[in-house]
Amino acid sequence: MAKYLLSVVQPTGGVPEPEVLDRIMVDVRAVDDAMREAGAWVFGAGLHSPDTATTLRPTATGDVLVTDGPYVETKEHLGGFTVIDVPDLDAALEWGRRLSVAVTLPIEVRPLREG
Amino acid sequence: MSGEDPVERVFRAEHGRAVAVLARVFGDLDIAEEAVQDAFVEAVRRWPADGVPPSPAGWIITTARNRAVDRLRRESSRGSRHAQAALLTGRDGAADEDVVVDERLRLIFTCCHPALNPAARVALTLRLLGGLSTAEIARAFLVPEVTMAQRLVRAKAKIRDARIPYRVPGGAELPDRVGAVLAVVYLVFGEGYSAASGDVLVRDGLCAEAVRLGRLLAELMPDEPEVIGLLALMLLLHARRAARTGPDGGLVRLAEQDRSRWDRDLLTEGRELVRRCLRRGRPGPYQVQAAINAVHSDPPPTDWSQVVALYDHLLVLSPSPVVALNRAVAVAELDGPAVALALVEDLPLTGYHLFHAVRGDLLRRLDLAGEAAGAFGRALALAGNDVERDLLRRNLDALRAGRSGRG
Repeated sequence: MAKYLLSVVQPTGGVPEPEVLDRIMVDVRAVDDAMREAGAWVFGAGLHSPDTATTLRPTATGDVLVTDGPYVETKEHLGGFTVIDVPDLDAALEWGRRLSVAVTLPIEVRPLREG
Repeated sequence: MSGEDPVERVFRAEHGRAVAVLARVFGDLDIAEEAVQDAFVEAVRRWPADGVPPSPAGWIITTARNRAVDRLRRESSRGSRHAQAALLTGRDGAADEDVVVDERLRLIFTCCHPALNPAARVALTLRLLGGLSTAEIARAFLVPEVTMAQRLVRAKAKIRDARIPYRVPGGAELPDRVGAVLAVVYLVFGEGYSAASGDVLVRDGLCAEAVRLGRLLAELMPDEPEVIGLLALMLLLHARRAARTGPDGGLVRLAEQDRSRWDRDLLTEGRELVRRCLRRGRPGPYQVQAAINAVHSDPPPTDWSQVVALYDHLLVLSPSPVVALNRAVAVAELDGPAVALALVEDLPLTGYHLFHAVRGDLLRRLDLAGEAAGAFGRALALAGNDVERDLLRRNLDALRAGRSGRG
């Protein structure tokens, strides 16, 4: 078995209309439940928007600089993620495909370094 | 790449089989490649004196397997796990032909996995199945060897780290995934066939390599009509290779080729395969293209109505402006250049040199010499390789000299 991070790539800014969002949440919940039922689900969460982030940066003097905001400002950000444990990439891509249809956004699939 | 040396001949034929089996046993492409390399080094040392063994593939696989286990025992860091796995599976891969067929199919689907970028799929297939060196692949695709080496290392690392599975996709997935495999093989063929620039020998070798891979796929997947269709298509095109260039190295068009220089055996085989796959009643783009080329290889005069009918079918199966352009060329023969020109005019292909070349040819046949010259000029400006440019230049010169150029 191997673990994969499924990252939801979300455009910064505009949030869908409530009725659209509700539909998406129902669909995502269904994929989530299917993952749990299949024993693939390890951990997952949605994230608050990037402007809620705080960045810590080590300095040469050994202090840590605290700044408001995300590490990089981009047009797209990590909106949420799920960690799954499946036999191989094909299985991970299949869950990723279902999640991307449900969430209506791109999903990046990356293997976790293990051992 | 002609390979008169027996070890080289066995290398070309059996490299893919050996790597496939070893990859399965050890679960690692690098270990598999190294071990197969070791076995061939051993073959070069021993076969000239001992003679080629009765089952060269079996000898290579067994030797490679032993070498890999020796190597892994020595390299304790990564060794213990792999070596134990290999000893546990304890199977002589060479013994079971069915298993070996299966392993090669698995390896092809791994090399052509959609999670790898298309250029990497082609390179990996040529490297692992075809046994081509990194330098040969780099030369064929006109990229620096370092670039090709990085591409291969990266692809193999992704297979390992992202766990791209060694498996033949099942059921619903299969048609898509077979499509990707066929696309890679046809890309290899096209790279050797259409661009005459670069190292001519390697390019011809690429066509031969693609045909070899096509034969392998047909052997492994005899029930997939598109697999047979692709092989037939490549055989029919490859059969004309000797007649495609004139004594001066210039490109000779199909209609003007010396048919006595076509390869009879390949044509017969290709035509037989076209008949066989079309009988299944599941025509796909490769089968229809093969059928078109089968008609072109019949004795003249060409049955243009059949060619147009086949293009109509192809346009339904895989609609594209390029297919529409090729169909128009056939329509010109059947209904005349004016009808064909009307079909061509609105195609969104103004950046494609053959679009202008076809237009030029049709305009010339309509005695519109000035417009024809303009079209050939645009084609010449866009054409990528010298052989095609020469043909276009000859057309232009003929127009300017006031001859029809067509005889």
